[in-house]
Amino acid sequence: MIAAEGLEKRFPGFTLRVPHLRAKPGRVLAVLGPSGAGKSTLLMLLSGLLPPDAGTITREGPAVYLDQHPYLLERSVLENAAFGLRLKGVPRARAREAALTWLSRVGLEALAPRPARGLSGGERVRLALARALATEPKTLLLDEPTANLDPANVARVEALIREEKARGRAIVLVTHNLFQAKRLADRALFLLGGEVVEEGPAPAFFNSPKDPRTRAFLSGEMVW
Amino acid sequence: MRRLFFSLVLSLGLALAASPLRLATTTSVHDSGLLDAILPGFTAETGIPVQVIAVGTGQALAIAGRGDADAVLVHAPALEAEFLRKGKGVLHACLAKNRFLIVGPPEDPAGVRWETNVLNALRKIYLKGALFVSRGDNSGTHKKELELWQAAGLWPQGKRWYLESGSGMGATLTLASEKGAYTLTDLGTFLFLRQKVRLEALFDRDDPRMINQYSYMAVNPKRFPWVNFEAAEKLRAYLLRPDVQEKIGNYLKDRFGQSLFEPLYGRCVIPVP
Amino acid sequence: MNELVEITLRSLFVSGSATLLAALFGFPLGLWLGARGQPQRLAASLLYAGMGLPPVVVGLFFYFLLSRSGPLGSLGLLYTVPGMILAESVLAFPLIAGFAMAGVAAKADAVRRLVKSLGGSELQVHLTLLAESRRVVVAALAAGFGAVISEVGAVTIVGGDIRHATRVLTTAVVIETRKGELERAAALGAVLLGVTLLITAILVLFGEREAR
Repeated sequence: MIAAEGLEKRFPGFTLRVPHLRAKPGRVLAVLGPSGAGKSTLLMLLSGLLPPDAGTITREGPAVYLDQHPYLLERSVLENAAFGLRLKGVPRARAREAALTWLSRVGLEALAPRPARGLSGGERVRLALARALATEPKTLLLDEPTANLDPANVARVEALIREEKARGRAIVLVTHNLFQAKRLADRALFLLGGEVVEEGPAPAFFNSPKDPRTRAFLSGEMVW
Repeated sequence: MRRLFFSLVLSLGLALAASPLRLATTTSVHDSGLLDAILPGFTAETGIPVQVIAVGTGQALAIAGRGDADAVLVHAPALEAEFLRKGKGVLHACLAKNRFLIVGPPEDPAGVRWETNVLNALRKIYLKGALFVSRGDNSGTHKKELELWQAAGLWPQGKRWYLESGSGMGATLTLASEKGAYTLTDLGTFLFLRQKVRLEALFDRDDPRMINQYSYMAVNPKRFPWVNFEAAEKLRAYLLRPDVQEKIGNYLKDRFGQSLFEPLYGRCVIPVP
Repeated sequence: MNELVEITLRSLFVSGSATLLAALFGFPLGLWLGARGQPQRLAASLLYAGMGLPPVVVGLFFYFLLSRSGPLGSLGLLYTVPGMILAESVLAFPLIAGFAMAGVAAKADAVRRLVKSLGGSELQVHLTLLAESRRVVVAALAAGFGAVISEVGAVTIVGGDIRHATRVLTTAVVIETRKGELERAAALGAVLLGVTLLITAILVLFGEREAR
């Protein structure tokens, strides 16, 4: 579970304000909005990578942030998957064992001994997911995980998100892809110019948005 | 490979242990190979290894003048006199001489070949504006060249035909050969390179102005207490010994048909006060 | 012992020691400067300017420093191999620190984000950064080594080109050229090139190896 109250982050010429946000265990919160709306900044604040200028964030259990362009270490696929556990001081053998389990869940166990730098785009994202999940976080903060992936890999990643949701993780999903949000989200939040325009349960959000700007965004009339 | 490395380290260690003598000398002496022929005998007799630093006479005296060498072997009497006067050097001894030559392209555009006076030869080059390469490096040969121009009452610096190489005698001869230019050289270096350059000895006469005198000096231990004066004294005595002097005179005599270095037995032909 | 082998080994010893000495100080500095992601402009300018230090000027500086009449004269390091190593390490230092800084800075943000997002500490950020910079380390070492083994200005002034004591490949090339023995000089030059290429290739291969 992760929650934020009165969150504020100021940049020159841009301010992000999120009065209230809550991601519950076993639920997916989709964060929508055009480029520059502040979606990635919001995730960085929630993960603790960026300190907020105002407001409080409450995390129950560890939250792991997954970068849009995940950095893969210049090591093997297996060492990459085990990296999060190694940081926590888990002995190498046990970390590798756990990493291997997660690699097989994302379908990469056959590539375990290979250098991570040689992976394709879809494989990179799946490896980064395995690396994050191996640390058993309570909350997953996903920044555009399927951007630039082919349909087969999009389907795989989405299936993984559903499984992790079913396992009781709280998931915040930043996405450009409206249809993906519809497929996965329990709640949705629309950001525009650093402000929360609308937030609510997925069916109501997608079927009867209250704000005209949300309507314009969902109907494709807003340019983004 | 590993054995070679160890013996390298070992030889370094030994060289340091035996407190070597550092001799700063001119490139012309060093490059002739003379020192490689006579110094091993000294080391064998005394156990003192000699480290030779080959630079121009100007630099050799500058190094020794800061106490960074124990002895010098140079060929610029005026600079040597100054070195002694300033109390930096002691035990001056004239070891050997040969002569300077003016060499140039076989066509000899300035007509130096028929000149009997070196100053007139230079005047001809000057008037003709023929290419001339100067060492320009403050070496003994460079000093001699400047002295000759001055004696001839000429000032060639800045003239378009007057080139300064700024390098050693061998490189300067090569440059003169490529450019078809005249230059002043010591006998030894020219004999070594004669086969490789397109240059002829055009002024090669017994002119007192063209004497090239090599001298040895120890660095003054009163001024620079850390120098290896004992070794410097021993080397002086060794170099002046009749049999060694003879060896210097005979060095490569067979190959060139004349002495590269005529022994002086300590008697200077150009006075060094 | 074959003199060519002796000179080549001495060249390798002097350049290798100087590179390692420079790396001992250059890597921590480069890592420290680069780890913030945005290197400080003043430090960066100083290092980049240092890469252009003229070897003869460094040589002359060390001559005055190590001369018996100079401040460190009592150590007796002028015209010795250790003296040459000191001067050469000063030439290699800005190259190594600068390369390390630039390479680390390029990865610093991404690595910090990864380590922090997985709950790692700042110390772990630095350790990971160091491990991820193998290639940079190798490039920096190769640059430093290449610069010092091929330079002649400083080794001539500080080493004196003494046969069997301080003669290295570059000074040997100079002396053979001066004597007009151009073929011998060219042969020595070929050895110098070959050695430099070989060492660089070994370093690069070493850096390309993936960690397990």
